[in-house]
Amino acid sequence: MKSLSEIDTVSKRSSRAAGYSWGIAEEVGKNVRLLEFFSLPGIKNLNSFLNNKKNIKLENLSLITEDNKTNNSQYCPVIAGVNFLDQIKSLENLSEINFKNIAYPILFLPFVSRASEIVGKRILLKLDEKEFVMNFNNCIYSNFSKQEIVKTAERVSIKIIKNEDSFTETEWKELYKLSEETFVEENESLKNSGAGAGLTDND
Amino acid sequence: MNIPLRNPNVVMKLSRLGSFHQSRLSFLRSFLKEFKDWEYKRDLFDLNEHGHGTAVFSFKKKNRVYSLICFANELDENERSDRVIATKWDTAFTLFDGVPTKLDIERLKNEVPKQEIGRLSYKELTLSRANKSVRVFNHVVESLSNGVQPDKELLAKVGYLYRTTAVYGSGKFGLADRFRIKNREEIYGPFRLEMMLVYLVRQFTFDQVNHVAKNRNPKKAVNLDPEICKSLGIGNSTGLGMAPFIVNHPTLLNNWIYAREVSLKKIREIKNVSTSESNLFKDCLKKSIKNITSWNTESEYQIKKIKSLLKDLNKFILFLDNEFSFNQEYPFNKLYEHLEVKYEEECIEYAVSMMMEPYDNIVAPLIKEMSSEEDKYFNIPTERTVFELKTILENKYSEILKIDFKKKENNLNFWFISKNKEEPRLANRFDENGSDLEQPLAIARDIKKLYDTLSAAKNSSTIAIFLSNNNNLRHVIRRAFIVEKFPYSEIQDNTIGQEIVPIDMLRLKLSFFGALKFDPRSDKWLRICMFQGAPLPEQLKNYDEHWVYN
Repeated sequence: MKSLSEIDTVSKRSSRAAGYSWGIAEEVGKNVRLLEFFSLPGIKNLNSFLNNKKNIKLENLSLITEDNKTNNSQYCPVIAGVNFLDQIKSLENLSEINFKNIAYPILFLPFVSRASEIVGKRILLKLDEKEFVMNFNNCIYSNFSKQEIVKTAERVSIKIIKNEDSFTETEWKELYKLSEETFVEENESLKNSGAGAGLTDND
Repeated sequence: MNIPLRNPNVVMKLSRLGSFHQSRLSFLRSFLKEFKDWEYKRDLFDLNEHGHGTAVFSFKKKNRVYSLICFANELDENERSDRVIATKWDTAFTLFDGVPTKLDIERLKNEVPKQEIGRLSYKELTLSRANKSVRVFNHVVESLSNGVQPDKELLAKVGYLYRTTAVYGSGKFGLADRFRIKNREEIYGPFRLEMMLVYLVRQFTFDQVNHVAKNRNPKKAVNLDPEICKSLGIGNSTGLGMAPFIVNHPTLLNNWIYAREVSLKKIREIKNVSTSESNLFKDCLKKSIKNITSWNTESEYQIKKIKSLLKDLNKFILFLDNEFSFNQEYPFNKLYEHLEVKYEEECIEYAVSMMMEPYDNIVAPLIKEMSSEEDKYFNIPTERTVFELKTILENKYSEILKIDFKKKENNLNFWFISKNKEEPRLANRFDENGSDLEQPLAIARDIKKLYDTLSAAKNSSTIAIFLSNNNNLRHVIRRAFIVEKFPYSEIQDNTIGQEIVPIDMLRLKLSFFGALKFDPRSDKWLRICMFQGAPLPEQLKNYDEHWVYN
């Protein structure tokens, strides 16, 4: 088994060899390591992408907006990802961000996961029918569990989820009430001998 | 009295970093301190009459066990090479996490001797190999098998029976990634498991030499005197592989230097120094001279440095004995100020190391802070502005920004990874091919380029916007935001200039390892000795922490 450190180093070097700057190659190294750590097919997708890169009509997406569309080309997952990560603070208040055609979108995913940690919010990423919930870069919940190469995603959408409870107030109150059963009712004698008893707080 | 930390523009110059010496902060000393009350055991010693076979040594405390697995093989004289390009060695080692099963040992028997082309697993923590100093090893076997102790003079000259040529850890070749073990308290502090491996290898070399001698002449042979064992360490040949490490791990480098700088600051702030403290300082300083006199080198640059160090130290000792009194307020501060005015860098840093000797209370808490969670500082704060980044560069790289990289001599070399052995190398970019594959180690040049590009950008622009057009500078933008928080994270020098002396980078790292005997063979590689004079595993419980000077 390859260690994560080896995965990081080889991904970084191969990305540099494929023409990315050292700074971006460092990002790819960290990202592929992250994908493999989360049991997602990082090496598989990076290897396929870098080997096919010359045959794909790629477009570099620099400034990200609500709607990002290409016509006859596909967005480079690395450049789009780097810019998404860099610009996340200005994007976090948008209700939804859409992309049309991202090549090898699994390689875009870790940038979104890291962005979730930076803004402190969960992010829902949809790559066509595949859904991923990024939990602050600590884990990823997904309906995609295949170790496969995903060459393209036609429709990519990102929703930054507000920090809200996932349950109703009633459910919370019910549970809270149950938790109160671990408390002990104080009688007068206990109240009189407790910490701070007998003192006035008005002096 | 509040003494400021020393200026990174002084401390982080390569000539200064290359003048650092071992100290109480050094990893091999802090390793011994941490593991002194662990139970040491030789679990397996299955060697043939020639000393070839398998052995296992372990350290245990409560439920935690670390086991060194040793494989000693027959090696043809012609195949023995210390260079990293070698493919066979006398011995190969791995430090195993826990107690290895027979199956583990069988698996590792096929992999560990192959080193870089073998595959390790998450159960193994570090990997190394070592070659005999044939001359010394044979002499010791010959002597012991005849019932006499070996020639101490010869042993003192070399200092070891074996020398390692590389020690790997942190996920290399399939070894366990650091994240699996980083929360173990006993390995807070960098390179602790690498130190453990080297320390246990040292014990293996003694047990092996005794075993071979005994087999050669069972009736007459004697064991190597434990006092002689103690005087021997493990040699190590080190080349350029170490140099990029300190550039590639900026927060780690900061934490090492910061610990040293905080120690010095606190020592300089001590108002009254007791006689026992000042005596210990002077005692260590005087005794340590013998370590320096044992350094041999053919490098003119190093000969000059060592000569100057010896001259300065003798002068400094005379000053301490005849002109300086510790019966005054803040004596170490006065001493330090005197050193800065009157002595060369090599001597100043030597004295700084010695000042730490009486102050375990100051140094020990800092050791735990010398590791780094590097990933925490990886993300670039892209909401910051161009103006802020420019200000950081002006404040933190003021000397670097003065360098003119259009001049050939400032842009002469490039760092690359050799295809044959995947090892870092340095070459002249105007004479050799390959500069298009340059590693991102020309930090000074790229910082200057970043500054020039920033100067043409709008001050109020965010780094996110700046990066969208300048991702070729991303690697140095990341570093600049790191150096803002970590003042000692960057070498304040040009690592590709004509004047670069790579051995300065090696010496910095080796001083933190705790290497004693520097033997620079050129400006690109050196031999050192580790654990020479250190207590043996069975003596650890009550050892003298100042063993380095005995």
